[in-house]
Amino acid sequence: MHIVVCIKQVPDSAQIRVHPVTNTIMRQGVPAIVNPYDLFALEEALRLKDEYGARVTVLTMGPPMAEAALRKAISYGADDAVLVTDRAFAGSDTLATSCALASAITQIHKDMPIDLVFTGKQTIDGDTAQVGPGIAKRLNMQLLTYVTKVRSVDLEKHEVVVERRSEGGVQLLNTSTPSLITVLEGTNEMRFATMANMFRASRYPVKVWNREQAGIEDVATVGLKGSPTVVSKVFAPTPRAVKAEIIQCESNDPKDLSVTLLAKVFAKYPKLEKEIAKSA
Amino acid sequence: MAEKFDVIVVGAGPSGNAAALRLAESGLSVLQIERGESPGSKNVQGAILYSDALEKLIPDFRDDAPLERHIIEQRMWVLDDDSFVGTHYRSDSFNKEPYNRYTMIRSQFDKWFSERVQKAGALLICETTVSHLLLDGQRVIGVMTDRQGGEIYADAVILADGVNSLLAKKAGFHPELKPKNVALAVKEIHFMPQEVIEQRFGVKGDEGVVIEMVGKITKGMMGTGFLYTNRESVTIGVGCMLSDFKNQKVTPYELLEQMKQHPSIQPMLAGGEMKEYTAHLIPEGGFNAMPDLYGDGWMIVGDAGMFVNAVHREGSNLAMTTGMHAADTLIELKAEGKEFSKANLKRYKARLDESFVMKDMKKYKNMPEVFHTNPQFFNDYPDLISQAARTMLTVDGVDKKTKEREIRKSFRQRRSLFGLMGDAFKLWRALE
Amino acid sequence: MSEVPAAKKPLGKKRIELDDRLKAYKGIWVFIEHERGKIHPVSLELLGEGRKLADNLGVELAGVVMGVPNETTRSFCNEAFFHGADLCYLMEDELLTDYRNEPFTKGLTDLVNKYQPEIMLLGATTLGRDLAGSVATTLKTGLTADCTELNVDVEARSLLATRPTFGGSLLCTIQTLNYRPQMATVRPRVMPMPEKDTSRTGRIIEDKLGMFEKDIITKVLEFIPDAMQDKPQLPFADIIVSGGRGMKKPENFKLIWDLAEVLGAEVGATRPVVQAGWVDLERQVGQSGKTVRPKLYIAVGISGAIQHRVGMDASDVIIAINSDANAPIFDFAHYGIVGNAMTILPALTEAFKAHLATARKAG
Ligand SMILES: Cc1cc2nc3c(=O)[nH]c(=O)nc-3n(C[C@H](O)[C@H](O)[C@H](O)COP(=O)(O)OP(=O)(O)OC[C@H]3O[C@@H](n4cnc5c(N)ncnc54)[C@H](O)[C@@H]3O)c2cc1C
Ligand SMILES: Cc1cc2nc3c(=O)[nH]c(=O)nc-3n(C[C@H](O)[C@H](O)[C@H](O)COP(=O)(O)OP(=O)(O)OC[C@H]3O[C@@H](n4cnc5c(N)ncnc54)[C@H](O)[C@@H]3O)c2cc1C
Ligand SMILES: Nc1ncnc2c1ncn2[C@@H]1O[C@H](COP(=O)(O)O)[C@@H](O)[C@H]1O
Repeated sequence: MHIVVCIKQVPDSAQIRVHPVTNTIMRQGVPAIVNPYDLFALEEALRLKDEYGARVTVLTMGPPMAEAALRKAISYGADDAVLVTDRAFAGSDTLATSCALASAITQIHKDMPIDLVFTGKQTIDGDTAQVGPGIAKRLNMQLLTYVTKVRSVDLEKHEVVVERRSEGGVQLLNTSTPSLITVLEGTNEMRFATMANMFRASRYPVKVWNREQAGIEDVATVGLKGSPTVVSKVFAPTPRAVKAEIIQCESNDPKDLSVTLLAKVFAKYPKLEKEIAKSA
Repeated sequence: MAEKFDVIVVGAGPSGNAAALRLAESGLSVLQIERGESPGSKNVQGAILYSDALEKLIPDFRDDAPLERHIIEQRMWVLDDDSFVGTHYRSDSFNKEPYNRYTMIRSQFDKWFSERVQKAGALLICETTVSHLLLDGQRVIGVMTDRQGGEIYADAVILADGVNSLLAKKAGFHPELKPKNVALAVKEIHFMPQEVIEQRFGVKGDEGVVIEMVGKITKGMMGTGFLYTNRESVTIGVGCMLSDFKNQKVTPYELLEQMKQHPSIQPMLAGGEMKEYTAHLIPEGGFNAMPDLYGDGWMIVGDAGMFVNAVHREGSNLAMTTGMHAADTLIELKAEGKEFSKANLKRYKARLDESFVMKDMKKYKNMPEVFHTNPQFFNDYPDLISQAARTMLTVDGVDKKTKEREIRKSFRQRRSLFGLMGDAFKLWRALE
Repeated sequence: MSEVPAAKKPLGKKRIELDDRLKAYKGIWVFIEHERGKIHPVSLELLGEGRKLADNLGVELAGVVMGVPNETTRSFCNEAFFHGADLCYLMEDELLTDYRNEPFTKGLTDLVNKYQPEIMLLGATTLGRDLAGSVATTLKTGLTADCTELNVDVEARSLLATRPTFGGSLLCTIQTLNYRPQMATVRPRVMPMPEKDTSRTGRIIEDKLGMFEKDIITKVLEFIPDAMQDKPQLPFADIIVSGGRGMKKPENFKLIWDLAEVLGAEVGATRPVVQAGWVDLERQVGQSGKTVRPKLYIAVGISGAIQHRVGMDASDVIIAINSDANAPIFDFAHYGIVGNAMTILPALTEAFKAHLATARKAG
């Protein structure tokens, strides 16, 4: 079995700052991490490797420094890593990204046929959850989103059974391979890398592919040119004009404060009082 | 099969990086193990970088090291509750290249340094903690990490694991740290636009300002505060002896919070966005508290060996220098075909004795003791000095001569003439 | 968009002349999502929003209903009319019983290619995101996910889709200039529910899926419904009492539950509280949790970080209790008490109790 896991290196958004005046992102010192959602996809792939025996290839498209993300994946137990990097990819939106990744997956497939492609549910920077579906459609693979568990894989029959989260319940789905699975967060817990894998990761020669090596012939399908969407404006949320009315009373006793608060609220919003009476 | 290297360096701070760089450049096989997510992710420093030590290791470091600002102005403030007296020293000679001191942000600096080390050929493994040393009798033969299959062997292990070296302690090379020998420092980084920093501190381009602070901000505890300008941020922090924190029952966080409210300090941080809060120990026991520095198959460098000059707030330069000498010792022995035995590693100590490191450590060896036994340096003096300044500067019809007399009187009320003289003498003795 | 670059040059006043191919696309569509016999409220919210856009552009608003051939499916068309649609595209087929990507993608793609809408909106639910991503790729058009605001540039006939970016600290507006339809997804409860008008009617245009079960590779073996009883329904709660890290200890959270019980409210929480395991993930309010719009939101020990704010900003009345008078929550709450939650909460619970008792007596 051959599984490709798509992972992305993202800025740790918890540590991003915005310039208060120019509203631009101050990137200085913001650490890059593996998109946390992608680790669930990787771990699910590694579990299949443990159970059925598999080759796990991790793939990313990004700047040269994204290599670190791949190396990390190797340390967890992935076998191979491919970094697709080219200036031509700058400014790619989800459609262009999935085009580039799909093309790279086709190249990887030539080397060893692929049975499953895994992606995370979404990225924390793009946050769109579209790249997975995009890849599947381009490669004409079956698409299974929000999968919480891969129940079984039958390599002979080319079948896979998964549990998929849907509104109001879980679907048990059977489909054929090759297929693309986007894995839901919280479905597993990433393993602790062994010493041997740590050594392997620090020595592993990551494969670095440019646009041609990734099999993309038409420049117009990637980067800004291949992206139907454009960001026309970035701005900070407008602060609300009126700030909260701070309840005060002489005693500053919690009881008096509470009573004063309720009197004010219900005077202004009489309907609310009825609503509460109804629900309580 | 367990892996084996010529040398294992534990820690990827300045001392470990210096050692690993030197060793790798000389063609020894080096493994560096760092417990942080990446080099620098757990490290804390003010931080001022002194060019000298780094220049010896990486002469062209200015080309691509992530330096923030070069220091053109040093301020020294003595604060009481609502004012400060201070000196500002700014000189255009600091504006001539090559610059001598820079501010930097450790997480970025360490990462850059480590990349250089890896390029030189050392193997780095992060997110891995060395849990103890592997011993064959008295001889260190490798390390054990917290990962499955974690033993790794080497002919020598360099302990560059920072203040409170647990490894040295576990192996019995290092006694338990005493609270009076370590300071606890807390600091925050406040982000603000470059223009604001330039305006507020009267600098342009890459110029920077350093403010050292003593006085009431430490509530009578032995310690200092500091404020450094970075490119897009200001670092503010305060450190006091661990033993003092224990006695005073203030938390470092509260201390910093109150310090930030000081009317002289608050405007410098206004509008900034606090992003990074960190606390770290600084070994300040000095020469008298230093552990053994070497033995059969091991050496200690940097903070782990107490190499900090608290008075001048030097640490990273001593760390790099000790790391370099440790590495050079091994390189020399290897070239001579000699083993890394205790007897041979003695050369490391000899190298240190020769260098500024041990000379400085010895020179300031009595400082910690002087401050410990004389709380007036952090208690009475700030008040007095600040009062004196206020008296002199307040225009109220009293002639200056009378004012001077009042000042002298107030000094003597709080501290006898003998006391004053004695204090000056003590400081002089400790520094000599 | 997988990565939002800093704003490029604003498009300014440059006239964008639509080419004829794009001009052929007209009208606004809302995909009507339903599962197990019920319309997902997000679809109705989107009809409300779609109505505004359609009126601005002077075009019709259509609902797209896909499902098994039966009365319930047809009734969804009426629901769509009641909530603002002028017409509905109805595709009925046995193969559309359960949601599966393949038949729904094909069906919706075919409809778009045939009837050519200029804008298509879907809910950012598991179903909506699955379908939108697939259809956008098949159509090779742009899709903006998780929008918080929708507008149109009437002259350029361009959808201005605004969404949070960079961990929620900024907003960005995204346009799809040279492709049609312009697609966007919006999370439940971000848009207000439009008034229902049962006097409205509209036209139904029916179409065929044109697929056979044997063409569809993925099979649904089983559906395991969630145990509904104890699942909190935060997005649709009228009253929510939320606690943050300021509650200090998991034990203190009982004070939140106590107040919630008196009010018949749901309990919400911030992310750190959820991550610490004090309450269930289902209760997280905010960017990576639920978006809520209750009539009353009581925020206790919550600083009001932007990522939390975006999830509850649309509440009718927000009351905040926080010991720090400078906490950002007071910038957008309606009422605030500055004080220790551990002493205020019990008093507030008592005050509500007393108030409700008198209100009840009064009738
Ligand atoms: C607030 C503050 C301000 C300072 N300001 C200055 C200044 O302005 N100028 C200056 O020169 N110095 C300053 N110093 C001192 C300086 O930071 C230190 O002296 C210097 O960092 C010491 O370097 P080191 O490599 O010995 O230790 P460290 O930098 O502490 O590095 C030790 C490394 O070892 C790793 N490690 C520890 N244990 C293990 C283990 N068991 N296994 C694996 N890895 C391990 C740690 O994660 C760490 O990365 C300051 C210190 C502080 C706290
Ligand atoms: C990509 C991303 C997604 C995120 N998604 C979400 C999300 O969906 N939801 C979410 O909530 N957060 C989210 N966050 C986290 C968010 O940025 C904040 O960290 C979080 O909302 C803060 O939670 P808090 O208000 O409980 O804690 P804090 O910010 O620590 O605030 C605690 C507050 O309690 C007050 N307090 C302390 N003691 C008392 C007392 N005794 N009485 C009264 N008040 C007291 C304090 O003054 C303080 O204001 C996200 C972050 C990122 C980066
Ligand atoms: N540049 C990329 N390289 C590799 N995988 C990616 C990239 N961008 C997105 N992905 C994958 O697609 C998933 C969804 O991303 P997104 O559509 O950006 O939310 C992620 O969880 C990744 O698995």
